[in-house]
Amino acid sequence: MENIAEYIKEGRPEAWRAELRKSMKAKERTSLERVKMPEQDPNVRNKNIIEVNLGVSEQMAVAEAHRCLDCPEPTCTIGCPVGIDIPKFIKKIESKDFLGAAATIKETNALPAVCGRVCPQEKQCELSCFYTQKLKKPPIAIGHLERFAADYERNSGKMNIPDVAEPNGIKVAVVGSGPSGLAAAGDLAKFGYDVTVFEALHEIGGVLKYGIPEFRLPNDIVDVEIENMRKMGVKFRTDFIVGKTASFEDLRTQGYQAFFVGSGAGLPRFMNIPGENYNGIFSSNEYLTRMNLMKAANDDYDTPILSGKNVAVIGGGNTAMDSVRTAKRMGAERAMIVYRRSREEMPARLEEVHHALEEGIEFMNLHNPVEYFADENGRVNKMRVQKMRLGEPDASGRRRPIPIEGSEFDIDVDMVVVAVGVSPNPIVPSSLKNLKMTDWGTIVVDKETMQSSIPDIFAGGDIVRGGATVILAMGDGRKAAAGIHKYIQEKVKAG
Amino acid sequence: MNKITEMEFFSENVAKIVLEAPDIARSRKAGHFVIIRLDEKGERIPLTIADGDPEKGTITLVVQKVGVTSAKLLAKKAGEEILDVVGPLGHATHIENFGTVLCAGGGVGVAPMLPIIKALKEAGNKVISVLAGRSKELIILEDEVRKHSDEVVIMTDDGSYGKKGLVTAGMEEVIQREKINKAFVIGPAIMMKFGSLTTKKYNIPTDVSLNTIMVDGTGMCGACRVSIGGKTKFVCVDGPEFDAFQVNWDEMMMRMGAYKTQEHEAYEKYLKTIETVA
Repeated sequence: MENIAEYIKEGRPEAWRAELRKSMKAKERTSLERVKMPEQDPNVRNKNIIEVNLGVSEQMAVAEAHRCLDCPEPTCTIGCPVGIDIPKFIKKIESKDFLGAAATIKETNALPAVCGRVCPQEKQCELSCFYTQKLKKPPIAIGHLERFAADYERNSGKMNIPDVAEPNGIKVAVVGSGPSGLAAAGDLAKFGYDVTVFEALHEIGGVLKYGIPEFRLPNDIVDVEIENMRKMGVKFRTDFIVGKTASFEDLRTQGYQAFFVGSGAGLPRFMNIPGENYNGIFSSNEYLTRMNLMKAANDDYDTPILSGKNVAVIGGGNTAMDSVRTAKRMGAERAMIVYRRSREEMPARLEEVHHALEEGIEFMNLHNPVEYFADENGRVNKMRVQKMRLGEPDASGRRRPIPIEGSEFDIDVDMVVVAVGVSPNPIVPSSLKNLKMTDWGTIVVDKETMQSSIPDIFAGGDIVRGGATVILAMGDGRKAAAGIHKYIQEKVKAG
Repeated sequence: MNKITEMEFFSENVAKIVLEAPDIARSRKAGHFVIIRLDEKGERIPLTIADGDPEKGTITLVVQKVGVTSAKLLAKKAGEEILDVVGPLGHATHIENFGTVLCAGGGVGVAPMLPIIKALKEAGNKVISVLAGRSKELIILEDEVRKHSDEVVIMTDDGSYGKKGLVTAGMEEVIQREKINKAFVIGPAIMMKFGSLTTKKYNIPTDVSLNTIMVDGTGMCGACRVSIGGKTKFVCVDGPEFDAFQVNWDEMMMRMGAYKTQEHEAYEKYLKTIETVA
């Protein structure tokens, strides 16, 4: 990982790239317009669960790739948590070597079709793009191009399986099959380890499956990427909770030399306000799990779900957007976001907020629920909200919301989804007595190697961060894989 | 895939199911539960483990037909498979030598009580078990309970077996003649509520095992949340056993009815499909 800069510099002088750079003047390149992602019509898509973004065409992708200047110091790459060689894959697209582009991405990213869809590029690669920084123009659509390359490869039927080292027979366990676990497993397999991923749920993918809805990330796409990892030799074991089904000690006895814990932030937070346990009030995790993982809206499936006419979703993050847009698709007449700060402070991706607005989602910003009321059966029927104003910035750098006394009023709701964040899942940590934890219940790790206080246990993703993005979790997984590799090599040397 | 090795009906709607789950059989303790999913389209439901055999690699569940999933499960035969079984989940029962312990089990609640009775007996307690059910055929696992109890009191609502009366009458009878140091009450929510009101009268520390609605069973969704001493707790990771006197029973029962309409409709639909097939 420390050699990302070198890895990226390496390929630039190659003849095909030098030639490509010469083929069009920089001025011409910068005068091109940024590609626009084709989308389903808002009034159609808010009634189906098909993907909102339809993907760019070959022509559009090639045109967009022409905009990229193939900078000598590609700042975009600094913004990528998994260290993708961004200019190289974009130039491959420009030269219409789409499979080559996909292979380039897969050198460092185990889940390109996923990242091309859900990464907050506007805060990462695209934010540090030369266009954004120096030209003050819309950045190269790196995310759209990543998605294009991955989709092209998948649809071509010529999926490239990354090279893996000669199997070394050393067993490594990955705990949790979410983004960090999959990224770690991918790299560990490349190093030649015998990797088994243990997953508590009945499906592989973690938050990619239970959390992110079909209209943003189709499950089929996740499955294809998982299938590729299987082809790389990664083994998967569902319905297995490390720390419960078997202990770490049991697995050590079975020969596992190291562990990567990516068990996620699966413990929803509630606000602890009166009435929050009435029926019809869900955590976003429950609502999305029922809908995405259990397919509760499909009559053929046994898992039940409540539907609401007036649905309030509490929170301003991506999960809140996913929940409210799901409720709208389920037929809610009013689907609203209730958020205690203003639009500017919302942690959700701009694209998601924008999509939600287009789909008819109402935003009640600077409002916060203080109490819920229910009918005689205990089903929520009213929500009392309080108006808020913004004060001085808090520790997160965002302006602190301050309640306005006496501003409370009631809104009719028959369903509420609480999406105010998650805490680390306690199952794995509580099974390890000597594991060093923070006061917030996250695992303490070395920032470079991701090694925990127990030498053979490494960790990353939300169990370390407490609640972040898919791509940051994947970056952690890669770092940890490198850390595990180093740890095992040293152990082997020491004999 | 987990193969069913044995299926024994206690009555028309209650059966004991033994199934292959070698890892769980090895790691389970009294109080633990599993989440099962029958097939691709199935829901995830929690079931407390009634017994386990680490040698054979099997666990035992006792299931009562209450809806679609339990009906489908009871329609299975030995040799058939259950797609997903995950566990053991929840905290194991806190077992110590309390002295004399009263274990009151109502209906299929006797099944999760059995491993607790065994563990209490092994820890040196004097165990008095009260088994209750509406009628004789709903008294289950009597022989197994007898094997590990110092005394067994049987109560039926209709008097068809044991003494006539509710579980609470049986409990009171024992409490009045013996010094009870600790009680466990497991059964339907309403039975646990009144059972623990009984022990409360005599200040007997009481634990109950809650069987709320769950999805993942690992703390992720919060469907199982209950108020314990005014604080929201998750039955799956904080329980399933709690101090009975801290449980907000009315809220718990209300939450257990969250999908009543859907469950009822689904069951009607299921009955129709099996009629058509038949």
